[in-house]
Amino acid sequence: MNKPMDNVAEVQISGRRLAGLVRLIAEHRVAAVIIFLMVFPFLAPYKALAIDVLIYGLFALGFNMVFGYLGVLSFGHAAFFGAGAYATGIAMVHFGVPWMPAIFVGVLMSGLTAAIMGAMAIRTRGIYFAMVTLALAQCVYYIIYHMEEYSGGEDGLTGVSVRTVDFGIATVDMMQDPMGKYYIMLAFTAVAIFLFSRILNSPFGAVLEAIRENENRARACGYNVLLTKWVTFVLSGLFCGLAGALSAIHLSVVPIEYLHYHQSGLAVMMALLGGMGTFFGPFIGAMAFLMLEDAITLMTTHWQLFLGAIFMIFVLFFPRGIWGSFLHWISR
Amino acid sequence: MTPTTTDIIRAEGVTKRFGKFTALNNVSASFPRGQLTAVIGPNGAGKSTFFNVISGAFPPTAGRVIFDGHDITGTPQYAFARLGIAKSFQITNVFPELTALENVRIAIQAMHRRFDIWTPRSRLTEMREQAADLLDLVGLRQHRTRHAENLAHGEQRALEIAMALACDPRLLLLDEPTAGMSPEETLVMMDLITRLADERTVILVEHKMKLVMGISNHLIVLHHGELLAEGTPDDIRDNDEVRRVYLGQGSH
Repeated sequence: MNKPMDNVAEVQISGRRLAGLVRLIAEHRVAAVIIFLMVFPFLAPYKALAIDVLIYGLFALGFNMVFGYLGVLSFGHAAFFGAGAYATGIAMVHFGVPWMPAIFVGVLMSGLTAAIMGAMAIRTRGIYFAMVTLALAQCVYYIIYHMEEYSGGEDGLTGVSVRTVDFGIATVDMMQDPMGKYYIMLAFTAVAIFLFSRILNSPFGAVLEAIRENENRARACGYNVLLTKWVTFVLSGLFCGLAGALSAIHLSVVPIEYLHYHQSGLAVMMALLGGMGTFFGPFIGAMAFLMLEDAITLMTTHWQLFLGAIFMIFVLFFPRGIWGSFLHWISR
Repeated sequence: MTPTTTDIIRAEGVTKRFGKFTALNNVSASFPRGQLTAVIGPNGAGKSTFFNVISGAFPPTAGRVIFDGHDITGTPQYAFARLGIAKSFQITNVFPELTALENVRIAIQAMHRRFDIWTPRSRLTEMREQAADLLDLVGLRQHRTRHAENLAHGEQRALEIAMALACDPRLLLLDEPTAGMSPEETLVMMDLITRLADERTVILVEHKMKLVMGISNHLIVLHHGELLAEGTPDDIRDNDEVRRVYLGQGSH
């Protein structure tokens, strides 16, 4: 009788240790993500994938503010990613703006896009919000598509090149040195992660949770729910815009597909796969998605079929996503 | 004294229609400051509609609502807490996955920091203390860290009242606060309401007439969306019309 009992106790103790470790990581969540991302290029199969994880993790992170924390599904976040990418690229190619200020231009323009789209969509709820944001994002797609002179139309915007970045003490060759490029991108991402965590942890972050839990109650408490949602939408757009801006610099081109609704779908899938409403979820989701895509593409040309099946398994059986299910499992 | 200084809130000719259905028809009533007024009436009398109009959930089709001398008709719901009007809902309405303390703290925060995206929440110690005090007041001291969804029905109702008190309201509106409660829970709740009424104006919407007769200073009786009677508990008790309306209900 004693032996199995002892085993149970042992498992519980190690479970408690794991929970303690997770709590420690959660308490220092910004440091945890940044340290992981600093090590990640050495773990990734190749460097370009690491940069993609960085960019798409940030994109999914920004999206998750609206989806996971506010509890509203937007299908128009491609517009913010695309606006960030195009504005950065256009500023550099057509106006000769240096890359760093161009990133700010990109972030601001996506914030502006979010402000306008948000003002038009925020009164609708549920599936209607998803549809309206989808439609508005398609409008952005066609506007940019037809601004051929600036955007390059169907061919996308080319020539967004940053050759070298000079720090005074060291120079990074952006074309030849993927590691250097990764860490420059990580510096921007790290600042964004810090700001994101700060917002979630603020009184405003508490209001997001309150609205997700019970919109009517939040209103009766004295919160202007519409305005709060709009501000969240704009903040979310800023983060996604930064992801787009970094992507433009990473690829040296801005494909028109960045504005396609498929891009919005990526954010939804990555956030769901990693765990909506969790801090680490979006990066884990982006990583899982991109690595799976990478692995399956090598095996078959029908990779979308397999990825779709995996996604469906998650939605049906693990709706909390990878990280969310793990958290649930250790907190039993 | 003029009526505006003795009455805290006044409905003037309030009518509310839903499509062709008239839920409230030209109801005028005033609520004396510092007293506990109960709005009663049989099922379908329009009590909840009346509650929703004076608490700002939706505007009346016609008529005005005057609070402290100001016309508040059509004022958005979220502005009510800052005016000093708080309410509890007929159906339990809390933040289910947050702790009892966080539920109240968020309600307090609505008075101070609605768009602060920078200060860490852990620094808001004063707010947490205020929230803990309010939980003590409604008898939820030992349930601070429990999630609201895990509280018993009566406890959730008490939590809602603590949240309503967060804005330190001059006017507290309660929609059937004892609905679905056991007799024991009802007693505790009525005791709490009487204590709260010592310090502020309370308007209570209630279906059960007997329950409010003992504790109200003033009563308003609605029937078929119209004002049937208004007065002290004694006036209402002796009112033949009220008696006739309630006879079918077997409450008197």
